[in-house]
Amino acid sequence: MLAVIVRRLLQSVLVLFLMSLLVFVGVYAIGNPVDILINPQADQADIARTIAALGLDQPLWQQYLIFLRQALSGDLGKSFAYNIPAIQLILERMPATLELALAATTLAVALGIPLGLWAGLKPESWSARLIMTGSILGFSLPTFWVGLMLIMVFAIGLGWLPASGRGPTTELLGIPVSFLSWEGIRHLILPAINLALFKLSLLIRLTRSGTREALLQDYVKFARAKGLSEARVLGVHVLKNIMVPIVTVIGLEFGSVIAFAIVTESIFAWPGMGKLIIDSINVLDRPVIVAYLLIIVVLFVLINLAVDIAYSLLDPRVRIDEAKG
Amino acid sequence: MSEPTLAVENLRTHFFTRQGVVKAVEDVSFCVAPGTILGLVGESGSGKSMTGYSIMDLVDPPGRVVAGRIRLRGQDLRALTPKQMRDIRGNRIAMIFQDPMMTLNPVLRVDTQMVEAIRAHADTGRTAALARARDALARVGIPAPQERLSAYPHQLSGGMRQRVCIAIALLNRPDLIIADEPTTALDVTIQGQILFEMQKLVRDSGAALIWITHDLSVIAGMADEICVMYAGHIVEHGSVDAVLDAPLHPYTRGLIDSVPGRSRKGAPLKQIPGMTPSLLELGPGCAFRERCAYADAACRHDPALSAPVAGRQVRCFHPLLQRTAT
Amino acid sequence: MRSAQTPRARIAADFARSKLALAGLALLLIIVLIALFAPLISPQNPYDLAQLDVQDSRLPPGSASGKGLTFWLGSDDQGRDILSGIFYGLRISLGVGAASTLCAVFIGLALGLCAAHYGGRTDSVIMRLVDIQLSFPSILIALILLALLGQGIGKTILALIMAQWAYYARSVRSAALIERKKEYIEAALCLALPPARIVLRHLLPNCLPPVLVIATVQVAAAIALEATLSYLGIGVPITEPSLGLLIKNGFDYMLSGEYWISVFPGIALVLTIVSINLVADQLRDVLNPRLQK
Repeated sequence: MLAVIVRRLLQSVLVLFLMSLLVFVGVYAIGNPVDILINPQADQADIARTIAALGLDQPLWQQYLIFLRQALSGDLGKSFAYNIPAIQLILERMPATLELALAATTLAVALGIPLGLWAGLKPESWSARLIMTGSILGFSLPTFWVGLMLIMVFAIGLGWLPASGRGPTTELLGIPVSFLSWEGIRHLILPAINLALFKLSLLIRLTRSGTREALLQDYVKFARAKGLSEARVLGVHVLKNIMVPIVTVIGLEFGSVIAFAIVTESIFAWPGMGKLIIDSINVLDRPVIVAYLLIIVVLFVLINLAVDIAYSLLDPRVRIDEAKG
Repeated sequence: MSEPTLAVENLRTHFFTRQGVVKAVEDVSFCVAPGTILGLVGESGSGKSMTGYSIMDLVDPPGRVVAGRIRLRGQDLRALTPKQMRDIRGNRIAMIFQDPMMTLNPVLRVDTQMVEAIRAHADTGRTAALARARDALARVGIPAPQERLSAYPHQLSGGMRQRVCIAIALLNRPDLIIADEPTTALDVTIQGQILFEMQKLVRDSGAALIWITHDLSVIAGMADEICVMYAGHIVEHGSVDAVLDAPLHPYTRGLIDSVPGRSRKGAPLKQIPGMTPSLLELGPGCAFRERCAYADAACRHDPALSAPVAGRQVRCFHPLLQRTAT
Repeated sequence: MRSAQTPRARIAADFARSKLALAGLALLLIIVLIALFAPLISPQNPYDLAQLDVQDSRLPPGSASGKGLTFWLGSDDQGRDILSGIFYGLRISLGVGAASTLCAVFIGLALGLCAAHYGGRTDSVIMRLVDIQLSFPSILIALILLALLGQGIGKTILALIMAQWAYYARSVRSAALIERKKEYIEAALCLALPPARIVLRHLLPNCLPPVLVIATVQVAAAIALEATLSYLGIGVPITEPSLGLLIKNGFDYMLSGEYWISVFPGIALVLTIVSINLVADQLRDVLNPRLQK
């Protein structure tokens, strides 16, 4: 088990290096670093000073080392628009994005797995067919369009929920969260549904096919032969068997949820990292863009690592075999 | 005669597929007395496993039991509600399946799978249930039962897994055990051990046992009565000694002859010519007639069960009476 | 004696069994024709400033313009006909989606076949790249590239290609590896045919069906992704708007009740995506070798 973790860690470090190289090349070699990293409104003296400080007049490989050193020490430049360190700006916005992503994931899992189990148990029923058709729509319709429709129907048309923004936040362990107040939840509902839809559809389909396959297995017949209730057969025997691929997908998809939060945050004006990056791209606040790219790469590598570890924890066959071997 | 543990009358189980109706079990009747072992013999596709599932009400769609009576110690099983049938399964009738690797859930521990079988039918506490499970494992000859309890199925050998399944079947002291080819997937040496232990357990507990297999030699060693099935029908029924010494149905004769041990060394192995018919294309008449040396025009009609000799039944127009011993 | 059905005829017959898929195909054909002939059939060229009159702005569906033109679906804030805007927008949306998918398929095929055929280092390197790329969601890859490169149709197509090629490369490689083990490839290798010929004439045709199915679905995904990127303002430029950009422009007017500026392009987008998915679903069932007798 330890060997697995170490191996994955080494792979992750390799990926991090590669991605940092890619971002560096994109910014310093392809783009014009002067434009990207130095505020275009600075005067000549400032520009010259910054060039020297950033080492932009040095050979490329030295620049890469400086870039790495700065990145590792947390210095990724200052935002042009907000004039505070880019990394600080992003970290300020991260809790909002994480809260939205977690809410969406929870929604998708809480609805997706039961609906998928039902659709797998009775695949020919009209309710199952309805669920499956809904799931096709759920992952083929573009997220932004669904968000617009949600706003049009629930916010503008019916007026039940707010159309944008994050509600009032309360502090939980020093981090501002909005799900602790009713007003905060009201603002969270539509964006969470919007973000959850894709993953919900995916989970429904995955759970359904896994359930259909599992129900054909002999252990289900044996469980029924023991006289176990259908609830236990489905909820314990079948569920535990299909959990491994499902959890893997949930984990891997969490990264894509954070990525798609970019769209949802833009539509609902949710003040998270996603909205920040879009705004920054539109106003050419490049240090923020660079910082965002690096942070998101780190985040993804960590997520993939966590999923790998969780996978080996969940499947007893993998865990024990690795311990033996 | 005391009431039989199981009385099956005219059981019919059909599968309603898109290509047509498959009559997997057709007009099957037999009884099993307490403390006795009935062997249900046939090739794959003969309907023997499906008979077992029909008794347990475990037939999956598109199949279902369409006719017949199944009585467990007088109680009509087909008249029960699903919940009542669930109370009976695993409690008064237990089933053992063929491949223990597939029947034990690979992601659940052995103790979980045993305790749930106990607690589905009685309000037993977890400690008490674990104790019963441990005793059951010891009874089927598993060494160090405590460790086995916390193991996962794939950590046990094939023979041990099957013993666990047998232990689970015996947990609630059922009246009837249906064993569907439980030793087919095991080594021959383990097979012998398990056969012996099953026989002993059945005699000791007074339960009735239906042993489903395609292997005649297994039946010869342990069963009291034998039912031979072919294409969903019972073609011969009688005591094991009588049937194996003097079979009445040509198919039974063919089965016995094809057991390698019975031919002389160097002589060519006997085979039943032809192949089992597809149950989808069965027309009227005896299903065996394409492969039978004695078939004639009469066999184009459906043969009924007859009793040409006392205590025996056969479904054939030309039973092999010449070879019958008294 | 009548000859047996050719494989193509059989596939077509199987496909036609689903009424829904046929409806989807019909709808898709209409959409493609509209996109191809947009300049000819549009009542107005919305990007020719000479034809616009700002007095015609924000008129509801069915109203007439000052010049006698009927705005069947209404007009936007610049007096542009929504219907014509949709026709031209379909061009861009479909064009970008199809072009990027085609190029991504081509690259994926090339790299996947190379990886499968040559094996060894080539295979490891290519698959490592594929794995790394696939561990990031496509929207992020496209976003990164567009953030670094800037806006534009060509750049958008490039970003979409980069976001998709890895998926094809992996599928092609898997299919090719399975095909390679089959006997007819061994026979070809024994005949010492040049590798290019083996790959192109033997390996490639058998890897195509799964790629075809994936590609059809992916065109819809590419169109959706382009719409998303354009909606966010980082995709196609405002001078050549796709449906996504049209939706974005119209959204602000929804709050004042002028829904048509955003809703109709939205409907057009959804119809396009759904029709492609209907066709792709049936195509997948039809081409699935496991479902064939």
